[in-house]
Amino acid sequence: MEFLFAAPALPLDEAGKYVAGAYVVFVVLLVVYVGIMAAKLVRIERELREVAAIAEDRKAEQREEVSA
Amino acid sequence: MYGKGLKTLSIATVVMVALSLSLVFFYAPLDGDQGFIQKIFYLHVPLAIVALVGFVAGGVFAILHLRTNDRKWDAYSYVSIHLSVIFGVAVLITGAIWAKASWGHWWVWNEPTLVSFLIVFLLYATYYPFRYAIEDRDRQARYASVFAVTAGAFVPLNFMAVRMAQSLVHPRTFATAEGGMPGEMMLTFLCSLVAMGLLWTTLVKFELTAKSASGQVKRLRRALDAPAGGGSSRIAPEVS
Repeated sequence: MEFLFAAPALPLDEAGKYVAGAYVVFVVLLVVYVGIMAAKLVRIERELREVAAIAEDRKAEQREEVSA
Repeated sequence: MYGKGLKTLSIATVVMVALSLSLVFFYAPLDGDQGFIQKIFYLHVPLAIVALVGFVAGGVFAILHLRTNDRKWDAYSYVSIHLSVIFGVAVLITGAIWAKASWGHWWVWNEPTLVSFLIVFLLYATYYPFRYAIEDRDRQARYASVFAVTAGAFVPLNFMAVRMAQSLVHPRTFATAEGGMPGEMMLTFLCSLVAMGLLWTTLVKFELTAKSASGQVKRLRRALDAPAGGGSSRIAPEVS
């Protein structure tokens, strides 16, 4: 906490707005990228669940064939 | 296979980014000429360097792909270029903000550094339509690799041409003739550069892992859909 109190106040005048703008743009780009990657990950998870369901159905069919 | 070491790399990236931001705002002295505006330098320049190195890395991976015909290197080349294009967008936007703040203009057309980076960025922006205009996957990968090698060779040539040009406005990062940077600024800049490099590497690995997982799921589905005992039931070789 002492470190934070000792830190100089951010000069959010004209210059500060530009600096904040540049860093915010970078963070927004990063968040958008991570968001797109998260959407891809959700799609992969859904596909994996579908594949697992197909595999389980196949296994159940094989078991039925063996028991018959 | 691509996800190996991703957790450690992610932690190192978060630590390094936090450290570099702390150094930028609480350690690095204010620039005598530009004042607080100069803080954009610690974001803009490392982003530009990492993006350009990423383009060259994409070319090196493309050479490996053409030499070995291993699709793994094509995936590395594609993802390297993809991430560098995203970093390039950040470079152009942060650069425009910095230009507006210090020069009063969002863009200066007679400045070689700005225009040359835009040319490199636009060149790589054509990579996507070029790649996806080809349907056959083998030809697509081969042609994209040739593009990546050619464009990758253009990047350092372009950089050298700009260094030789008589720039009027854009400052040089390592201008020793004018005294260079003070130690605190150089340390902060180097930390920011390492942080950006780690971020780029982490995102490349992250995207490669996601692409690999998606490819594996598709292959598994194809194998399950194939008729039992048929020749196509074998899992296909790994593709990006």
